[in-house]
Amino acid sequence: MTIAATLDRPLIGVPTELARGRGGGGPAPKRIVVAYGFWIFILSDMIMFSALFAAYAVLSGNTAGGPTGADLFNLRNVFIETMCLLLSSYTCGIGVLSAERGRPTLFLVFAIFTFALGAAFLFIEATEFAGMVAKGAGPSRSAFLSSFFTLVGTHGVHVASGLVALVYLVAQVIVHGLQPAVLRRLLCWSLFWHALDIVWVGVFTLVYLMGGQL
Amino acid sequence: MNNPEHVFDDRTPGVEEHEPTASYLSYTVGLGLAIIATIASFIVAQTNLLWPPGIPVGLIVLALAQIGVHLVFFLHLGSGPDSTNNILALAFGVLVVFLVIAGSVWIIANLNSNMIMPMPTQ
Repeated sequence: MTIAATLDRPLIGVPTELARGRGGGGPAPKRIVVAYGFWIFILSDMIMFSALFAAYAVLSGNTAGGPTGADLFNLRNVFIETMCLLLSSYTCGIGVLSAERGRPTLFLVFAIFTFALGAAFLFIEATEFAGMVAKGAGPSRSAFLSSFFTLVGTHGVHVASGLVALVYLVAQVIVHGLQPAVLRRLLCWSLFWHALDIVWVGVFTLVYLMGGQL
Repeated sequence: MNNPEHVFDDRTPGVEEHEPTASYLSYTVGLGLAIIATIASFIVAQTNLLWPPGIPVGLIVLALAQIGVHLVFFLHLGSGPDSTNNILALAFGVLVVFLVIAGSVWIIANLNSNMIMPMPTQ
């Protein structure tokens, strides 16, 4: 029995030269290779968000005599939005894990939960945006509001495209079943969804909690 | 259709294996910790539980803690050999994010403080 055969699961404490994908322990699992590539994409997306965060940090004080964050933000709604996104991240993780364990029905149930929570998040956000625009606090009012709508809106567009991708993946699971390639796409999608939740942590902390105070 | 590998033209590098990446328990622990951090953030922001000038620092600490929870429990970045490449890439990403945000804020704050305001005309 070779060393590679005994390493049928990634053990913590395996010597690096015997780990898979590093020359000694055989090739890395496809799941790891694919997720690494997608991880690079996620990091580049984070770098794009960092530019929007920087713009918001620079411009958040420039309200041009218009409403400030403290006038506009409703922290109760933001808390509900945050919980929706966090719970949908959880159901997404549980759902993809169920798919990996070969339980398509459980996956579909959790996919429906994930979609519903993500859609609820988007609905609250769209209502908030519409209310702000109706109050004359649209993106053209001040530099603060321009950067606010750009940052939060870009995150919202990501969530919306994540929901579209989820529908597409559910269709793939229904049509093709839980094949290895479909499972890898699900894994990448779950990475994307979790990453959006990480961006939202930055948004609610910097924009809503700190902006509501200043 | 006995061999599902034939349905897709699968040229992904690496070997196929069917090992679940995580457990239901780790997601549940992560959810609990993330909820605690979120509620703590909202409480800290809306009360004087912290010394008021220290509230932004407290909020940043809580946000970083929550991001750490997400990375470990949801994205499964661990100390195992499967994670080392992802962690190296993450470290580079964090460096770039830090340079973009801190550099922008620094430069613009400097320009702002050096700006000569127009004299009010009498």
